Amino acid sequence: MMAEAGLAALWLAGAIAALQLLLAAAGVRRGDARLMDAVQPVAVVQGLLAALAMALLIGLFLRSDMSVLLVAENSHSAKPWLYKFAGAWGNHEGSMLLWVTVLGLAGAAVALLEHRLPKRTLIATLGAQAAIALGFYAFLLFSSNPFARLDPAPADGQGLNPLLQDPGLAFHPPTLYLGYVGISVAFSFAVGAMVTRDVGPAFARAMRPWVLGAWIFLTLGITAGSYWAYYELGWGGWWFWDPVENASLMPWLAATALLHSVTVLATRDGLRAWTIMLSVVAFSMSMIGTFLVRSGILTSVHAFAVDPSRGSFILALLVIYIGGALALFALRVGTIREGSTFELVSREGALVLNNLLLTVILGIVLIGTLYPIVASAMGVQLSVGPPFFNRTAGPIALGLALLMVIGPLLRWRRDRAGAVIRRAAIPLAVLVIASVAMLLWHSRIGVLPLLGLVIAGGVAVGSIAPLWGRDLKRTPLFTYGMVIAHLGIATSLAGMASDSAFTKETLVAARVGEPQKVGPYTVTIGSIAPVVGANWSALEAELQVRRGAGSAFVLRPQSRYFANPVMVTNESAIATRIDGQLYTVLGTQDPQGRWTLRLWWKPFVTLIWLGGAMVALGGALSLFGRLRRERRSAVAA
Amino acid sequence: MKRALLWLPLLAFAGLLAVIAAGLYKPADRTVRSAMIGQQLPNFALAPIVPGKSGLSNSDLANGEPHLLNVFASWCAPCIAEAPVLLRLRQAGVRIDGIAVRDTGPDMAQFLARNGDAYDRIGSDTESRVQLSLGSSGVPESFVVDGKGRIVLQHVGDIRAGDMADILAAMRSAR
Repeated sequence: MMAEAGLAALWLAGAIAALQLLLAAAGVRRGDARLMDAVQPVAVVQGLLAALAMALLIGLFLRSDMSVLLVAENSHSAKPWLYKFAGAWGNHEGSMLLWVTVLGLAGAAVALLEHRLPKRTLIATLGAQAAIALGFYAFLLFSSNPFARLDPAPADGQGLNPLLQDPGLAFHPPTLYLGYVGISVAFSFAVGAMVTRDVGPAFARAMRPWVLGAWIFLTLGITAGSYWAYYELGWGGWWFWDPVENASLMPWLAATALLHSVTVLATRDGLRAWTIMLSVVAFSMSMIGTFLVRSGILTSVHAFAVDPSRGSFILALLVIYIGGALALFALRVGTIREGSTFELVSREGALVLNNLLLTVILGIVLIGTLYPIVASAMGVQLSVGPPFFNRTAGPIALGLALLMVIGPLLRWRRDRAGAVIRRAAIPLAVLVIASVAMLLWHSRIGVLPLLGLVIAGGVAVGSIAPLWGRDLKRTPLFTYGMVIAHLGIATSLAGMASDSAFTKETLVAARVGEPQKVGPYTVTIGSIAPVVGANWSALEAELQVRRGAGSAFVLRPQSRYFANPVMVTNESAIATRIDGQLYTVLGTQDPQGRWTLRLWWKPFVTLIWLGGAMVALGGALSLFGRLRRERRSAVAA
Repeated sequence: MKRALLWLPLLAFAGLLAVIAAGLYKPADRTVRSAMIGQQLPNFALAPIVPGKSGLSNSDLANGEPHLLNVFASWCAPCIAEAPVLLRLRQAGVRIDGIAVRDTGPDMAQFLARNGDAYDRIGSDTESRVQLSLGSSGVPESFVVDGKGRIVLQHVGDIRAGDMADILAAMRSAR
């Protein structure tokens, strides 16, 4: 009965979304207050029904109800409960249901909490939300029903892809979806504002928390996904420019640009049309990302739904949403009055440059990701790999980081170049000293890593500079947020540069008892023994590790064998130290009885993810600070 | 003018869409084409795998006659299906040499006894090194090599009876 109840809830939610769209469209067109008043409660009901459907699907997975096709195909009764739970969205249908659930709940939150916007714009926004949701309901109900039954029911399920049986999976998709959906809310605000031609600071302030929230979750999702790929795949890398990684990076780049331009709109009432354009672009990127992942058009570790008919459906949604939004943009943005203007040397000027550079990087990633499709349409098979992205996006990203040293020190509207240089004197001096020191200390590392380290030093100092000479207690929370987020970028950049400059790697065929050297460490296989887990068995190496003359410790990498479905994974064993990570992977045994062992010493690699977490923390502080200030000013008024 | 420019994003999106749709509806060709087609064979010298049959080196293939170079293995099921077709090609006068990938002597001897032996020479490529240097990504795969040791054709997958005409035509033009 649970599956039928879930399907009923899903149909009802879809019908309610249609009602929400009709009420909003009619209400805004006629200016009918009674129709508009009905939209908010309807939006709340829609969110609750979607959440009910999702809860029922999770219930089916927890009970291992194998008479449901989706459960039978993706779960197994012997799986630990966390993976049964997370398995509910570790597949195509479930992840789409999660998408629409988060979307519905976000719509409900907008309906309940948003008070700043004029009523008409708010209702138009909720109408746009309903239109987006409606497309996804249709997609779920007509081509990806998560509640379909399987008759006769099998004795047990086919299990979940072992690579996905990891605590990270429980949180990675929901985190990214929160990000995508947050961006869709920002997009709905932009559509609402275009419909009522009401683009200004009030609209920017209403949109900003959603952009910030989405951006925080995207940052967390990308950081966590990167760490997952790093330790779970056992390849020692932290970013592979895989199409799906790019699919999550592109909305992040657009959201980062939007975050900065929406601040200009909220504070100075500038960049009106550009901010609208960016919110459309950010939403397009998250939709294209979803499309690339779900259609199986690009080969990827995430391609668990290689199905052109589903691809066609999402393609149709893309046409309606993005095509519609861009047509609306072309029709309406010309009638929006120009906002305030500013001088070239000013905070706004720096933010425009920031936006331009971010957009260029976004363009590069988009072209690199789609180029194989373009080429294959012309009959050429090729793939675009890390060398392209590193050489093209790398230098621009470094330029962007360099801009971060100076940008926050500029004044709004107009500034004098001389005064700026005086304010930025110390960070700039650090940049120069760091470059000289780096050149003297280490002349054999590549140009990009060297520049990366130097610029990271400059950004680290420059990002703290806005706090100098200020009363630290009276500095607003969102300024601290910016400082920490920028510091996080510097930290992450330092980690990336250090990893590519100083990593030591060895691949050896080692006998038990033979010591192997990597960086400052000596690694010896003590023994190799079989171990068993809940739904796997493995060969586990006991590695005796010693750093220089220090005391020995043990690492236990595994070569793990899963039976449902059959798959072998390499579980790396990692020792985290204050100055880096020792990364070990156990391979197979050769006919001579030697074991393949892959060892990396990665100095300061952890800074990459620490930086990512700092960026997200900075975003959270900023969000909290903005909301608190608005509550206060609302109380004061 | 400015009004017209506002439609530019929509136009760019339409272009993007066309590309994506083309990729979606044209089923992806996942076969891995060798980059070695039209090139000289790489240098290799492989040991024999079964007694009484010599091993294979690239100079054996550049003796003035065109050859069919078959990359196969005893553990590969499509290779069993392919064996009778290879025998018919041999009857039609095609010289066939083999590269046995990741295989052992006893297994290979059993494979030849059971499925027929169409090969002049078979080299043992225990670690797939030569297979990879040929640009072959799986078994079975076959290459038509002309008399100067140049690869003129790659056939991915087992050679079916229907493919014989193409192979024979390529062999004739490689002469």
